[in-house]
Amino acid sequence: MITGKAVEIAAEVYWIGALDPRLREFDIILKTANGTTYNAYCVRGQHGVVVIDTVKASHADEFFTRLEQVAHYEEIQAIILNHLEPDHSGALPELIRRAPQARVYLSHRGQMMLKGIIKDEVLEYIPVGTGDTIDLGERQLRFLHTPFLHWPDTQCTYLEKEGILFSGDIFGCHFCDTRLFNDKVGDFRAAFEYYYAHIMRPFREHVLEALALIEPLPLNLLAPAHGPILRDSPDSYVQRYRQLAAPLLTNEAAKQEKTLLIFYISAYGNTTRMAQAISEGAETVKGVRISLYDLQGGEVSAFVDLIEEADGLVFGSPTINGDAVKPIWDLLSSLALVKVRGKLGAAFGSYGWSGEAVSLIEDRLRGLKLRVPVKGSKIKLIPTDTELEQCHRFGRELALQLTGQTEQRFITLDELVRETNHA
Amino acid sequence: MPKANVTFEDINVTVTVPAGTRLIEISEKVGAGITYGCREGECGTCLMRIVAGMANLAEPSMLEDKVLKELMAGRHNRLACQAQVLGGEIVVRPG
Repeated sequence: MITGKAVEIAAEVYWIGALDPRLREFDIILKTANGTTYNAYCVRGQHGVVVIDTVKASHADEFFTRLEQVAHYEEIQAIILNHLEPDHSGALPELIRRAPQARVYLSHRGQMMLKGIIKDEVLEYIPVGTGDTIDLGERQLRFLHTPFLHWPDTQCTYLEKEGILFSGDIFGCHFCDTRLFNDKVGDFRAAFEYYYAHIMRPFREHVLEALALIEPLPLNLLAPAHGPILRDSPDSYVQRYRQLAAPLLTNEAAKQEKTLLIFYISAYGNTTRMAQAISEGAETVKGVRISLYDLQGGEVSAFVDLIEEADGLVFGSPTINGDAVKPIWDLLSSLALVKVRGKLGAAFGSYGWSGEAVSLIEDRLRGLKLRVPVKGSKIKLIPTDTELEQCHRFGRELALQLTGQTEQRFITLDELVRETNHA
Repeated sequence: MPKANVTFEDINVTVTVPAGTRLIEISEKVGAGITYGCREGECGTCLMRIVAGMANLAEPSMLEDKVLKELMAGRHNRLACQAQVLGGEIVVRPG
């Protein structure tokens, strides 16, 4: 049992974090059946003591109790902030008051966030990036710039020679067990996978960049900011991240082909007919693989996996009571788990009265950071042959956009504004 | 009023705009791939690359300058929510 005690995890390297076994929901979005831990660390060197991360404000007393067992405040020469989210920076203001001489090290992108935490307090800090070091005499700490895992500010700190990586939220999970080490605690594999799926998966490209920095390091121990400390086979967790960062589905389309997914739902079959015409129009362009999905018969999570790999997304909804229908919103509110930024987006739909669905979907797509270069297609009630021709052209235009085959277009701002207003 | 031509390279569209227009006022309307977060020059989401015509944009404000530094942006980068066109030809693309 470690209650109230600092734990030496390597020679003169201590875990000084806090336990939160009763937490059942983290940050609103995550279930935490086993609670969590806020892991902070203390490294002692010839030139003084370094504290790496702190804990959630509500658990500050526990953190200070442990810290006081292994260091005096006046010994602290540096405070390293691998990640400034409040569950790791909550005790920072008080730590700074108790150790005002300590210099704060954080990533360049962390600076703005630090100001949001300390507000008007005056504090000197040193922004660092990959390769920057802190010299502790016979031992040295080196920084790795690993942004967006899972905030813009995140970084890792590596204790050379000992081969200990303080990895922030990377390799972490919500699993509180007082036995602390991965070879002692209960089975936390499900928590580890769940954490990756919800926290790291949207940032897959950044995971790969971070792995490129981490994989060459000799590793004796991984010290994440949540969950068990990984001292047994730390490399296996790095390898698992490499596997998890691979696409969940293999795209069978040839590499040079673009994929366009059309999701639709229809009350009377009119939006369905539009979807088919759009699909046929897109088919006229070479190099695009088109797939049609009726949302009425599908599960959101399977569609999310498809969307992660797709190049273009088109959503078709009727307008009912002035809005797009719920299955569309259910899907569009589930995309925070994957990266959609920069994908091509578009909307269409049949309507009876006012037809707001299309522009509401377009706004949501822009909000999700998709690009929406082709104005949505709206048709009042039953599409005529001429209107289906318009849908056909709309589909073709989307496919041309996706394959970068659009002809150069010149337009004035006034024309553009008029076009947008009449959408 | 002086005009400027802004070309969004990723979608191959050129928009003629009055001097003083901000990129954010145009890029979303034409559906260019530059995407936005805070829209206030703080988060850096709308970082864009100026392919040509950097001198045809107004100098960055202190706020933008600071954010560009913190993002470790290159000298061809600007924030689309802040950058204002002065005239002439400007070619941009995302990030």
